[in-house]
Amino acid sequence: MRPDEISAAIRAKFPQVKEEAGTNYIIVPKESILEVSEYIKNPPLSFDNLHCITGIDRKEKIEVIYTLYSIGEHYGVTIKINLTSEDLNIASVSAIWKSANWLEREVYDLFGVIFSGHPDLRRILNPYDWQGYPLRKDYSNPQLIAKPRL
Amino acid sequence: MVVIEKIPGAELIRKVPGGGFFLTTSESFLKWGKASSLWPMTFGLACCAIEMIATGAPRFDIDRFGAGVFRASPRQCDVMVVAGTICVKMNDCIRRLYAQMPEPKYVIALGNCAISGGIFYYDTYSVTKGTESLGIKVDVFIPGCPPRPENLLFGLMKLQEKIRREKDAAR
Ligand code: SF4
Repeated sequence: MRPDEISAAIRAKFPQVKEEAGTNYIIVPKESILEVSEYIKNPPLSFDNLHCITGIDRKEKIEVIYTLYSIGEHYGVTIKINLTSEDLNIASVSAIWKSANWLEREVYDLFGVIFSGHPDLRRILNPYDWQGYPLRKDYSNPQLIAKPRL
Repeated sequence: MVVIEKIPGAELIRKVPGGGFFLTTSESFLKWGKASSLWPMTFGLACCAIEMIATGAPRFDIDRFGAGVFRASPRQCDVMVVAGTICVKMNDCIRRLYAQMPEPKYVIALGNCAISGGIFYYDTYSVTKGTESLGIKVDVFIPGCPPRPENLLFGLMKLQEKIRREKDAAR
């Protein structure tokens, strides 16, 4: 299946799902993440491998990005979820893909996104008593030495 | 007796004319022994550790300087080679390892990261700016990113020199 076919198949099943302009990334409203995940995990699409969850801070919103791959069918898909800075709660998919457990902890650690329903939402890279979320654009800390702009 | 000039610390030893034995002070003998059996800790933090491992391998052979006995416990070590980037999460661990080493203990900061934070000096939230910022006194700094194994050997020889010049051998 080509990326546009995958995207079309998911959009045919869930009308609330959009496609990002210029790419084949699919944009899922955050309320639908669990049902969409459940659907694409199982045949016919069978995305059985969750590679990566990451985030991007775009100042007015935080994007959470899921990269999925189907080991049997050799194709992949990228899912984006837009979160407004006021409401950073999202349902955890760790019950669907086991690998989401640590990946979601990483996104929580670096961006402060709260994954509700996660079995063990602790920091994973930074020390447990760390303050703040380092990959946010507005992060700063007294030890940070700003690079002189030439 | 003929090869006496070739052994490290030969300047500390005097031959008794015509005799089959030699004289030295217990002080300098102790220092010579200390300098010639520096046991490093098996402890690597990042890419520079690979250079330290290469130094231990046969091509560079750190054993020639009596420093090839990498110990797996800080309690048996004389020198801590801080080889690599010190992450903030590692701070307590390094302090604890250093505190566990018995006196006399020496520290070599291998690579720019261990000296000052190196390439991670600016705009990094997760890297400690060098070994000395942890309150650990460093004896030899070896710059480079990474330093070549020869540089580590040179630093080791400098440390041996430093030990042989120490005022108080029982430190
Ligand atoms: S000094 Fe360079 S080679 Fe050494 S740990 Fe730092 S980045 Fe790696």
